[in-house]
Amino acid sequence: MKVGVITFPGTLDDRDALRAASVAGTTAISLWHDEADLKGVDAVILPGGFSYGDYLRCGAISRFAPVMTKVIDAANGGMPLLGICNGFQVLCEAHLLPGALTRNKDLHFLCRDQKLVIENNSTAWTSDYTKGQEILIPLKNGEGSFQCDDHTLAQLESEGRIVARYVGENPNGSRNLIAGITNERGNIVGLMPHPEHAIETLTGPSSDGLGFFTSVLKAMVK
Amino acid sequence: MAIIVVEVMLKPEILDPQGVAVGAALPRLGFTFAKSVRQGKRFEIEVEGTPTAAQMADIEKAAATLLANPVIETYVVKVQA
Repeated sequence: MKVGVITFPGTLDDRDALRAASVAGTTAISLWHDEADLKGVDAVILPGGFSYGDYLRCGAISRFAPVMTKVIDAANGGMPLLGICNGFQVLCEAHLLPGALTRNKDLHFLCRDQKLVIENNSTAWTSDYTKGQEILIPLKNGEGSFQCDDHTLAQLESEGRIVARYVGENPNGSRNLIAGITNERGNIVGLMPHPEHAIETLTGPSSDGLGFFTSVLKAMVK
Repeated sequence: MAIIVVEVMLKPEILDPQGVAVGAALPRLGFTFAKSVRQGKRFEIEVEGTPTAAQMADIEKAAATLLANPVIETYVVKVQA
């Protein structure tokens, strides 16, 4: 099973995402933003970073990269797609997920280990977790405050589409402590914190993040 | 030559921490007039001659798809002579 990780100009976390995908047992394939070719991958990860320098709005320009037309088509057809941090911002800008990520409430760039609770374990990326499981993974961003209108928020809540919430104090002003959401079908997930930085205790605060990558392997084998 | 101006603002219901920070800095400089501050973006797009209706329609489309994110922002398009 092949997982593609897209590199945009300004992407930072593509190498960790590739490594996480291969540690989880998938074949990790590097994809380039300027080539409209998914190289036959079964799932795609949009990694963190500052694609296109975060110019205009985070993710606003990446959304129109040549590779994204293929990604959007494939994801609409059910291909598992995970956007982490900047990748989550790209998914919102591409309207694959509702809402938007705005400046952290206190304007600080946050970089810390963050406790989350997994609320939806029926997505392609979270089936290896249990509902209500708490995990500890890094959070590092300046624009991670999830915002949407009241109607969208009520819909996300009632349809169980909130994948993960921050535990404890709200780190960035996200509505309803939202750290990650999914689409109706459960194949597209956007997550602000970084599971790819927490796959081994040698370098991460835990190995709690690995579940995202083993989950997608399970989803594809099924 | 004309300049088409697109002004983009966060919707009123969206928290604007940058505007809040600017609003908090003003009284520190002795400026006490501001009840609140909101920060936005301004684009100036230069076109040859007087913009045509088709160009204005295109600018409108560009504003809605790229310059602004209608999920969180509003925009106005104006022509500056």
